[in-house]
Amino acid sequence: MKTLFDCHKECKVRIVKLHAKDDLKQRLISFGLMKNAKVEVLEHAPAKSTIEVKIGKMRIALRAQEAELIEVEEV
Amino acid sequence: MKEKNLDQNVKACPIIANHIKVALVGQPNVGKSMLINSVSNAHLHVGNFSGVTVDKTEVLFDYGNHHFTVVDLPGTYAFSDYTIEERVTHDYLCAEEYDIIINVVDSTNLEKNLQLTSELLTMSKKVVIALNMSDEADKEGIKLNAEYMSELLGVPCIKVSAATKEGIEELIQAVVTKYEMPQINPKLVFSEPVEEEIAQIVWYLDKHKYAATNTHRNIAINLLKNNKKTYARLHDNPIWTELQPILIEASKHIELHHDSDDIKEAFAEEYNSFNRGVVAEVVKQKTIVEKKTTTEKIDNILIHPIFGIPIFLFFMWTLFQLTFEIGAIPMDYIDAFFGWFGETIGATISNEDIRSLIVDGVISGVGAVVLFVPNIIILFIGIALLESTGYMSRVAFLLDGFFHKFGLHGQSFIPLVTGFGCSIPAYMSARILKNDRDRLLTLFIIGFMSCGARLPVYVLFAGAFFSPEMAGNILFLIYISGALLGIMAAKVLKLTAFKGVDEPFVMEMPKYRLPSLKLIYHTVLTKTMMYLKKAGTFIAGAAMLVWFLSNYPHNSLLETEYATKIEKAQTETAKKKLQFSLDEALLEQSYLGRIGKFSEPMFEPLGFDWKMSVALQTGLAAKEVVVSTLGVLYSLGGDVDAEDNSLMGAISQNISFASAMAFIVVIMIYLPCLAASVVFTREAGHIKYFFYLFAFTSIVAYVMAFITYNLVLVLV
Repeated sequence: MKTLFDCHKECKVRIVKLHAKDDLKQRLISFGLMKNAKVEVLEHAPAKSTIEVKIGKMRIALRAQEAELIEVEEV
Repeated sequence: MKEKNLDQNVKACPIIANHIKVALVGQPNVGKSMLINSVSNAHLHVGNFSGVTVDKTEVLFDYGNHHFTVVDLPGTYAFSDYTIEERVTHDYLCAEEYDIIINVVDSTNLEKNLQLTSELLTMSKKVVIALNMSDEADKEGIKLNAEYMSELLGVPCIKVSAATKEGIEELIQAVVTKYEMPQINPKLVFSEPVEEEIAQIVWYLDKHKYAATNTHRNIAINLLKNNKKTYARLHDNPIWTELQPILIEASKHIELHHDSDDIKEAFAEEYNSFNRGVVAEVVKQKTIVEKKTTTEKIDNILIHPIFGIPIFLFFMWTLFQLTFEIGAIPMDYIDAFFGWFGETIGATISNEDIRSLIVDGVISGVGAVVLFVPNIIILFIGIALLESTGYMSRVAFLLDGFFHKFGLHGQSFIPLVTGFGCSIPAYMSARILKNDRDRLLTLFIIGFMSCGARLPVYVLFAGAFFSPEMAGNILFLIYISGALLGIMAAKVLKLTAFKGVDEPFVMEMPKYRLPSLKLIYHTVLTKTMMYLKKAGTFIAGAAMLVWFLSNYPHNSLLETEYATKIEKAQTETAKKKLQFSLDEALLEQSYLGRIGKFSEPMFEPLGFDWKMSVALQTGLAAKEVVVSTLGVLYSLGGDVDAEDNSLMGAISQNISFASAMAFIVVIMIYLPCLAASVVFTREAGHIKYFFYLFAFTSIVAYVMAFITYNLVLVLV
């Protein structure tokens, strides 16, 4: 399973499934991180602890643990 | 008769008749507060950082014949109860009385913003949509057809710009028109399978003539979305037994259709496809060429994996340099002013006791706090700049990895950094943390960041025990070790008291915006006034109390005894010496002295005498008081400052090196001051947290000081 965490910088992917639990899942969805959304990885923080992604016109910061719960596929 | 009454009512209360209560809702960073600012001349705090409006704010203004109350609700991405802000907004929209919703959206990012809009449209309330930032959209080549959008959604959509004040009049006009019209349901359509299920539930509710304030369609949607409140309401109704199987079946169908086991996710997708449809219809974007935006270009530098953190540290270093360098310039003038002010006022008061109370107690106490106003203004300007430009979110992004290791959140850094200036604004800025546990944890360790008021104590002791070349390094060491100790304390608290699942870190990185001067001015002004208000009320009270405790009870026997001695004394120095020992003797038998004597045994293991114990206790009121208390107690009179060489001399003679080090450790760790404690209690939400904080800091301070004392005794 490829997750958002595995993506390199500037890689563009499509979200396949959210493996997060209820609260976090709602949170991700409210940011537009939902099935079929197209996401681009913009930047990694030092030690890849946090990643910045772009979805539509919005930039979102995610912690590595959260990114690991988002299953993606390359487009 | 009845008619006459009615007539009178109208005359007596013409405003009530035209009163419109507006709920202002939108996602974070869409310029809600700024819109209110341009509508009325209110001064709300607007920031380019998610979560600036924590409490809902009410703004009143008149327009034409109408009286408006606008409730500015905290920004929320969707209808959920995840953060404090979302809870406040959701509860308000569902439970409170209001006439109409203004939904503010960012025209440059319509699809994302419509996510909240579509949820609002299912609420059977009157809605007006403000398409904000239309000027920015124009610049980006985004063409929005507002008329068509109004038609599609069935609610008025008005282009506005809070920045250029364009369209504000039209917006208010639209609100008035919509308010006077009867309620029409907006045209939000779901996919066919969902519409079928809704129709079936509506049909069932119609058949049983279920009475409710909401429309049956609305109830059906809420039931399908698993809305707890709607469930609870229907659960006790006899129709529930028949309705429940229908609902279960409907949910199954929808979930099957969306290939998901989560009905909420399915609905999010429904809303999303509706929104995509709307955007495709109404938005025409000229330039589709994907080039890097200014924000992305700036981000390439500012959140660079290698240079990002050094750049941030440089900004912080600059801010602190400015705070202390520029802040120090007016300090002498303020000090001189209060000295002059005290003398002038003192000269007009004939009663010795009252004069002492006003001059030595109140004026010098308040003056010590006002002294730090320039530093605080600079620090607040810096923080307001960081906040309104959007850089704050980037720092949270950079630091989250490091902070997370110690159980803190990336956003904790803002309150912690503020803590180096003063703990009070630091406690207040901890509100930006969403999760209660994270916020409490941060509140607990803010005190470890040595605030400006402790600096005089450090300067005094570092000067007394170290050579001038070393003193600066020692100061730096004190600050750093305090911060490190705080981070370690966070780890300990996280593993014990604040155990729990880690708060996820999902945060929007807003667009960079040029800060508005007007906004920064208002933010800084409000915060500074708050600080000054504290100086005028709280500190004045505390200063009076300390003054009283150190001056009473009077002992006239002692005074007359010394008076004769002083008279007999030959030289000036001898007279001065006698005056000092009188002061000391008087202090020793004052209430404060008795407290010191009483608590001395407790502080003995740390190597403190009763004078140091007293200084620590008066320091609970404010750290500024520690130095002046020590000055009084070591026979120099209350009028000393940290640079006073003779006080340094007295301290290095009377206090052992080991005791002094232990004393610094206690100052570093224990409660910042009474005013800060009050703010802490308010921000933490319960008085019990204050007692926890008191116990926690006192125990840590005691243990650390004990270790330091004994370690130094062994080593030196």
